[in-house]
Amino acid sequence: MAKRIDVSGLTAYYGSHKAIEDISMTVEPRSVTAFIGPSGCGKSTFLRTLNRMHEVTSGGRVEGKVLLDDEDLYGTGIDPVSVRREVGMVFQRPNPFPTMSIFDNVAAGLRLNGSYKKSELADVVERSLKGANLWNEVKDRLNKPGSGLSGGQQQRLCIARAIAVEPNVLLMDEPCSALDPISTLAIEDLIGELKERFTIVIVTHNMQQAARVSDRTAFFNLAAVGQPGKLIEIDETERIFSNPSVQATEDYISGRFG
Amino acid sequence: MSTASSLTAKHPSTLRGARLPKWAPWAIAAGSVALGVGISAAAGLHSNIQWALIAAILHVLGTYVIAARVENRRQAKDRVVTSLVWVAFLLAVVPLASLVWSTVQRGVKVLDVYFLSHSMGVIADSEPGGGIYHAILGTLEQVGLATLIAAPVGVLTAIYLVEYGRGNLARAVTFFVDVMTGIPSIVAGLFILSLMLMFDMEPFGFAGSLALAILMMPVVVRSTEEMLKLVPNELREASLALGVPKWRTILKVVLPTSIGGITTGIMLSIARIAGETAPVLLLVFGSKFINANPFEGAQASLPLYIYQQYGSGEATAYDRAWAASLTLIAFVMILNLVARGIARWKAPKTGR
Repeated sequence: MAKRIDVSGLTAYYGSHKAIEDISMTVEPRSVTAFIGPSGCGKSTFLRTLNRMHEVTSGGRVEGKVLLDDEDLYGTGIDPVSVRREVGMVFQRPNPFPTMSIFDNVAAGLRLNGSYKKSELADVVERSLKGANLWNEVKDRLNKPGSGLSGGQQQRLCIARAIAVEPNVLLMDEPCSALDPISTLAIEDLIGELKERFTIVIVTHNMQQAARVSDRTAFFNLAAVGQPGKLIEIDETERIFSNPSVQATEDYISGRFG
Repeated sequence: MSTASSLTAKHPSTLRGARLPKWAPWAIAAGSVALGVGISAAAGLHSNIQWALIAAILHVLGTYVIAARVENRRQAKDRVVTSLVWVAFLLAVVPLASLVWSTVQRGVKVLDVYFLSHSMGVIADSEPGGGIYHAILGTLEQVGLATLIAAPVGVLTAIYLVEYGRGNLARAVTFFVDVMTGIPSIVAGLFILSLMLMFDMEPFGFAGSLALAILMMPVVVRSTEEMLKLVPNELREASLALGVPKWRTILKVVLPTSIGGITTGIMLSIARIAGETAPVLLLVFGSKFINANPFEGAQASLPLYIYQQYGSGEATAYDRAWAASLTLIAFVMILNLVARGIARWKAPKTGR
């Protein structure tokens, strides 16, 4: 299930603008890796290069290698659509499909890919909703529109939708930034459970959250506005927050800048 | 003035000023209408438009003067703009209401089931009787065929422009769609006519459909484009991130989200071409007989029927022309209602 990600020498562009430069890191399977850093330092861009969503934006292109268990995502003949089936994504703002019911939202990945057996669909939806800790709240109204749920429920619905297609890696782009503390807690608990099965990468602006949920933390920074973002260091979360090896990391974590 | 100063004396608050009573705008409106009628009666003016204009001007001026004296200048400006909006609203609505009213009044005279189910086959323009069955049939077939051509092409063009279009080709397509929007209907008709003459063909319904499709296509492209742009990018990304191919994302996520608006746009463009006379006159020619085959022989159509009946100058033909106008308005109105219904039914649901 869970797969390791090896990134080496990755540089991403928006048109002629270099957004991130020369990033290399390893993301361990069945663990949570958190990305922290100031706004505009390229955390989200880097996250989006991990499932080839970066090239969906016009002018987006990438140099370097991203190995998913020894297979280069940017190698020749790799289909970005298959990559995205292996590497799922949850976005900053909850975005359930407004025309679909709760059931259809969770089933969307399987249905739209056309790869499912009808008899299994209900099981998969139930399993995914249980996996996202949402089943008990919505089991009586599966055919109601997903946009009628609260923000936190919608975000868990999106997580259920993402894990329904059984990806190997789950990318989360600030999944709690639009949620209240209680919904945030629910999502953080969920991340703890999901890491048993998936490789999880999470971008967050909330350093306590990074400290709470992640096993490893990567700190990104940029020299100045307009300069490309760079990976400053990546290490065990405990070390990053207690005894980082780079001064800039300590400054950022202790709030001395940014 | 004296009441205003005594009010402010009683309430020295800076937040509270003198206010006109709630009924004041109505009173001013009624007063200016009465004055307008009075002035035109005294001056011996007979036109309705004249007293209405005098009343409108009096209303705007009167509102300003009264409000400026009782309240302050800012309130007065606020009231003047409000009354201007009302005057503009009436200027727009009164002709519309009068148009509908006179069409209904003159149209119901001969409008009955017989009129809707018979043609003009053996009836001269000067005789009573006859009907518009052949014209309704022609309009439905010509407009239907035009829609079958223009709606898919238009929607697909809009999908290309919004979802795929980059660079020069997209710019060129946008430019030519804009140019097409400006084509006068008679020119579209002449374009198809020149093709027909080239191949030595007689007038037939489908030729009219082709010209109508040319007129309809840019409208469909424009409205669909706007609707597709309204679909949030997050939904596309959510679908793509699930590993759904782009074409399925468009088909299953983007189009269902915007289908209500797209249908409304198509219906409105149908309403627009249903009233076109010029290309139909050139290409379909018009006929007194029922011709259900749009691919052979001249056909009638409602706007053309109205034009030809009115042009004949007979009193009985006038009645028929009005009745046909009423039918055409009803047809367009029903289309609009259907479009609204579909838009409401298909709109993304928010209920709990």
